[in-house]
Amino acid sequence: MRFLQNSLSRRAMVGSGVLSAATIGLLAGEHALAGSKMVATDTAGDVAILNVALALEHEAIAAYQIGAESGLLTADVTAVAVSFQSHHKEHRDALMGTIETLGGQPADPKRRRAYERALNVASLKSQTDVLELAARLELGAANAYLGVIPSFGNRDLAQVSARLAADETMHWTALAQALGKSLPGKALMFGG
Amino acid sequence: MSSLLRPFRWITSVSLAGLVLLAAVLAVASWRVSIAGPLPSDDPAQITGGDTEEGARTYQSRCTGCHSLDANRIGPRHRGVYGRVAGSLPDFDYSSALTQSDIVWNDETLNAWLINPEDLIPGQAMGFRLNDAQARADVIAYLRRESGK
Ligand code: HEC
Repeated sequence: MRFLQNSLSRRAMVGSGVLSAATIGLLAGEHALAGSKMVATDTAGDVAILNVALALEHEAIAAYQIGAESGLLTADVTAVAVSFQSHHKEHRDALMGTIETLGGQPADPKRRRAYERALNVASLKSQTDVLELAARLELGAANAYLGVIPSFGNRDLAQVSARLAADETMHWTALAQALGKSLPGKALMFGG
Repeated sequence: MSSLLRPFRWITSVSLAGLVLLAAVLAVASWRVSIAGPLPSDDPAQITGGDTEEGARTYQSRCTGCHSLDANRIGPRHRGVYGRVAGSLPDFDYSSALTQSDIVWNDETLNAWLINPEDLIPGQAMGFRLNDAQARADVIAYLRRESGK
């Protein structure tokens, strides 16, 4: 899904003034237009954050794959896992497209063995264990996306980060329900 | 028809009144916030003794999207980070900014890092910020405990 690229290039074409001319130049790959060092530095920073986000999505995709193939999930839960995984694949593709548009090099996924070790997959013994792991990762991802928002130089990327956080929050909410957890009593439990 | 509509009209007038009230409450609330200053405090002077149990919870919800204590993931593993030189794990692929930094992780440097990592080590790749001063103090106390310091 190239929603970000599309919206950015649409904006660039109509010249709504939301992005500076220099930023538009960068997004279009015309580095010559990026006159100030400030803009270039910001973009490198944005690319670094986007690549960290991409690494997070790679891990989420692997985690759902491992969960779906674990033999621990019922057919219904497997369907949900595959659906959430497809969201993370859309996130991955959107992030990769954006990183490339900004002139960066998207980070590759690690090998599956590395994810299995890092996520301590050997300890998963039941469907509940898998759902707990997924819920933890989704909550962490929602908070990660919220916590990087202030660091983006480009406000459009900050909004994209908020949209990604909303998707992860949706996943977390569904998983928490499936696990029979009560929803938080207090508001503003995310981010901050 | 009109009898069917009546309850809706009632709801509309109630919700209109509710909206006016809500607007008034919000106006007062935003006025209070503007007097009290922004909600999350990022005043480093405010770190007091952090609570390790709270810190464990904060760590779980805020940091484990990218970090674990014992495994390198999107970010480096954290056990032992307190007292360690920044960017010094041999088996994690840090940004060159972190590798080149000779900052040692302690209460002050961790606090500054979590307020705004880019201000502390320009060129870093974490980008993540934790705005709440107490949450930072708690999570730092937790990292310190888990590092055996
Ligand atoms: C969005 C992912 C992400 C989140 C969320 C995140 N970090 Fe990080 N963190 C990273 C990355 C990536 C690095 C490596 C940065 C580099 O190489 O420049 C890092 C590095 C660090 C380091 C330096 C470690 C070393 O070995 O020098 C510390 C300390 C740290 N993070 C603490 C935290 C804490 C505490 C939290 C939660 C409050 C947190 N991080 C949340 C991604 C994240």
